[in-house]
Amino acid sequence: MSDFPTKASCVVIGAGIVGNCVVGHLSDMGWKEIVLLDKGPLPNPGGSTGHASNFIFPADHSKEIVDLTLESQKQYEELGLQTTCGGIEVARTEERMEEFKRRMTSATCWGIPSELLTPAEVKERVPFVSEDVILGGFYTPSVSAVDSLETGTQMRKRAQDAGNLQVFANTEVTDIETAPGPKKPTIRAVVTDKGRIECDSVVIACGVWSPRLAEMAGATIPLTPAVHQMADVGPFDVLVETQQELAYPIVRDMDTFCYERQSAGSMEVGSYAHRPILHRVDDIPSNEEAALSPTEMPFTADDFDQQMEEAIELMEFLGDGEIKYAINGLLSLTPDANPVIGPTVEVENLWSAAAVWVKEGPGVGLLVAEWMTHGYPHLTDPHGADITRFYPQQRNVTHIEARAEEHFNKTYGIVHPREQWASRRDITTGPVKARTDALAAFYFEAGGWERPHWYESNLDLVATYEISERQHEWDARWWTPISDAEHLHLRDNVGIVDLSAFQIFEVSGSGVLDYIEHMVVNKCDVKVGGSIYTPVLNSSGGFRSDLTILRLDDDRFRVITGAFDGGRDEYWFRHNLPEDASVQFENRTNAVCTLGVWGPNAIPLLSELTESDLTQDAFPYGTCQKILIAGIPTEMFRVSYVGDAGFEIYTPMQHGLALWDAISDAGENFNLRPVGAAVYGTSGRIEKGYRLMGAELENEYTPVEAGLARPKVKAANFIGKDAYLAAREEDPCAQLCVLTVEDHTCADGYPRFPMGAGNEPVLSASGDRIVDAKGRVSRVTTAGNAPSVGKYLLMAYLPIDLCEVGTELKVMYQNETYPVTVAATGTNLALFDPDNARMKA
Amino acid sequence: MRILVCVKRVPAPGSRINVRSDELNVDTAHLGFTTSPHEECALEEAAQIIEEHGGTVTVLTAGPTEAEEQLRYAASVGGTEFVLIPNDSGHDWDPEHTADAIIQAISGLEAAGGEFDLIMFGNESADAGGYQVGVRVAVALDRPVVNGIKGIDIAEAGFTVRREVDAGYEVYQFPGPAVLGIREGINLPRYPTMKGRLASKKAEITIIASEANPGRQTKVRLHQPEERITETKILGDSADAAGPIVDLLDELGVL
Repeated sequence: MSDFPTKASCVVIGAGIVGNCVVGHLSDMGWKEIVLLDKGPLPNPGGSTGHASNFIFPADHSKEIVDLTLESQKQYEELGLQTTCGGIEVARTEERMEEFKRRMTSATCWGIPSELLTPAEVKERVPFVSEDVILGGFYTPSVSAVDSLETGTQMRKRAQDAGNLQVFANTEVTDIETAPGPKKPTIRAVVTDKGRIECDSVVIACGVWSPRLAEMAGATIPLTPAVHQMADVGPFDVLVETQQELAYPIVRDMDTFCYERQSAGSMEVGSYAHRPILHRVDDIPSNEEAALSPTEMPFTADDFDQQMEEAIELMEFLGDGEIKYAINGLLSLTPDANPVIGPTVEVENLWSAAAVWVKEGPGVGLLVAEWMTHGYPHLTDPHGADITRFYPQQRNVTHIEARAEEHFNKTYGIVHPREQWASRRDITTGPVKARTDALAAFYFEAGGWERPHWYESNLDLVATYEISERQHEWDARWWTPISDAEHLHLRDNVGIVDLSAFQIFEVSGSGVLDYIEHMVVNKCDVKVGGSIYTPVLNSSGGFRSDLTILRLDDDRFRVITGAFDGGRDEYWFRHNLPEDASVQFENRTNAVCTLGVWGPNAIPLLSELTESDLTQDAFPYGTCQKILIAGIPTEMFRVSYVGDAGFEIYTPMQHGLALWDAISDAGENFNLRPVGAAVYGTSGRIEKGYRLMGAELENEYTPVEAGLARPKVKAANFIGKDAYLAAREEDPCAQLCVLTVEDHTCADGYPRFPMGAGNEPVLSASGDRIVDAKGRVSRVTTAGNAPSVGKYLLMAYLPIDLCEVGTELKVMYQNETYPVTVAATGTNLALFDPDNARMKA
Repeated sequence: MRILVCVKRVPAPGSRINVRSDELNVDTAHLGFTTSPHEECALEEAAQIIEEHGGTVTVLTAGPTEAEEQLRYAASVGGTEFVLIPNDSGHDWDPEHTADAIIQAISGLEAAGGEFDLIMFGNESADAGGYQVGVRVAVALDRPVVNGIKGIDIAEAGFTVRREVDAGYEVYQFPGPAVLGIREGINLPRYPTMKGRLASKKAEITIIASEANPGRQTKVRLHQPEERITETKILGDSADAAGPIVDLLDELGVL
């Protein structure tokens, strides 16, 4: 074909809702010479977009997903391709009614008008619902249905009309060529059955086929094709008479994991209740082989029978409708049910835009285009969707399928914010696991690692410290009073914390100082043995990370980051390495064991095991020294995330167990107890007002607002410096605060405890939603008990005029409000030992 | 009215049909299964007849155990009794074998429940297309048979059937019992309702083991022709497409 291009700036593969929206937005942002390819015909090339039910329920617990969804609704509306029909989630169980209170809380947080309905009120809106099988409903008037295929066509056309895009349907990609790059392979060309296109970047937006395309380039996109069954049933007079595509609200029957969506005279009944049915990419037929389309696989009726029965229970007339069309529709499931978006780990300039629902498609298109254009997106912090979040052991088909099997039936499920995975556990464990097992550790998964969250062996401390149980099962789920007891024990004695999950990188070489200065906000040119706690910004000045850096030598730094952030941070640090090989990057996570020892007895205890002087004078806070502990070589770092004296102690992984044993043995005389991550990550932290990436720290906020701006700015240039300087010049319109909950009593007369899952709004004293001048809502970013303060604390950004200590506000939890008071703001948010005397003892 | 409808489980393929490496069978890895379309119409016709005249529709299939799926489907669209002649050999019987198995089953069913007024087949199966099982059964039972049926009228004297030919219809009349080969287009088969589907799960299926002898026809090889590649050319968008479409039609001599 003579007009087939041989060069492009960017090749986008996949003309579903995502690929089309990516090219539309890239063109809007000034990209030229874009090529869009699909192996199927247009406008419906046969992917998941073509059989989507196309409805959007905007209320979700996740901020990131809501941001993407609301942006998508806005774009569909602007194109005139959205029908707002309202939607009702109905409950058949009390548990679901409780979940609806949480839905209301989220909806209030994101400003999505919603209301709870009685069964009779549900029936008023949807007259054919059997009200006797439901307990109530959650109604969102802004629920809509969209035309995703036409949206894709218009997006494509927009880019074509601007002269920036060429589109080739029925064009199969046979290879993605890479060239050796200075740091890793980089994109060179896309080879198709119609010709080869040299290009600078490639976006894989191929839905269920994405893993295959990624593999061509030597990259991974961790998702699996999975079946979502749906059937088109009808016709029904009650629907035909409306003479509308959507006259009634869409109904989600949440406890049966089904939905019923009017489609003109028929009803689409879809289900997430059937057994997980996963396929391999190579099991998907080609367009030519498929009876319908490749992603409309033969319907396996047996799997759907129970859903039919339950659908008839809710809408009796459905039983008489003819099943005219029924499919095992394929969609993409990732290991954690979030999308996989952003630059791939393995190949430079290869992007993933996959595992995206129609409800997020246009938003993801915008986000990816922003990311490719500006180096980081503005629309939202893509923390949960960033493809680099997965570690190698999470990118393989065994892991992907195990987790997809586990979460498929939770698509409409009630998922606790602290919920833990059941499958694929014990894959990544530290060297002391045998000991923590013996102490009856209860493990939470942290970035794939098994990390003790509390120790059942500390149960006796609950009586010692008279810690109360929580009355409501939801508040008490994945929680124990033992954690508060461990906390108080550490404050009174000493605790040892297994920090094996720490992600540890080392950067070294002749250019390392310039490199590390370029990466982070705070000055790194400190003495050998010194440390730097610093924000890491993206180019627009928002948080990309926060982490601690140790200067191990003149030309060697250790970067320590959290288990949940290691993948993203490693990508970012490697991505920004200089091309001249003057800096070497090494991920030493698997080589270094970290144990933490804190509490008033920590220094005396550790002093028993070493001849070195560990006192503050000889070993000041914030410094690192090589120390022998019971003859085991370690690097000790005097620092604390929990607010007491003590150390993070690093030792080669092979010595980790011996180090634990030496400290434990000596600890008997100091009343040492093992302490879990619930103390380390929440109660100890929140008493000191320390911020956490992904909670307080995110793309939308600056170090100034987070209270992390230092008095001076270093001379060296760094990523995000211009934006950071500008933020320092402005009067901040919001500031991070710590609030105390003044009364926990719920309407039923017993105490409740906000989760801090990110979706609980802080409201004005009169109960109104609070939004700052930049449109950002005030919401709880962390919640946790502060046993040593005797208060339950919340962290939240508040508009600057509310950031005065003593300001009385409210917090919403479970759709009820509780009085709260601003207790701290600014740089020092500590309510416990605000002068840090204990840490420096 | 007592009617027997014989159906076959066949793959539901896309536009390209892949042959397995043994060259004897179609690759069904990606395929769903259905009832041959002519037979779906036969079943619909039988269901309509008993709705009007009363009676029963026995649906019979010879095939793998999985063919139960097609019998349950039949139960959801009007069948009343169901018979499976299991063939778990892993390959299709040839038409002689199939016909023998069906003849044996019919003799048992008729001995127990009386003669079938009508025995309906699809004109030919969607996969093998042998066109002969129905005729073999009719001959063996010594009953009249007409293929290519596009219409059935029932009167006191017997059946009046229409058969489509190029120029119009041929009309035949004969008394029952008889055998008919039905063609797609005689009716528009109904879809199962959700209730029908659920009820079909309770349908009882009679298993009749076959003692029929293998036939004399052996499938040697399936040949897959070279794939014809067709190229799609987009003539334009919306109103802009009108001119090129007229030009093309002109070129093709249609205008």
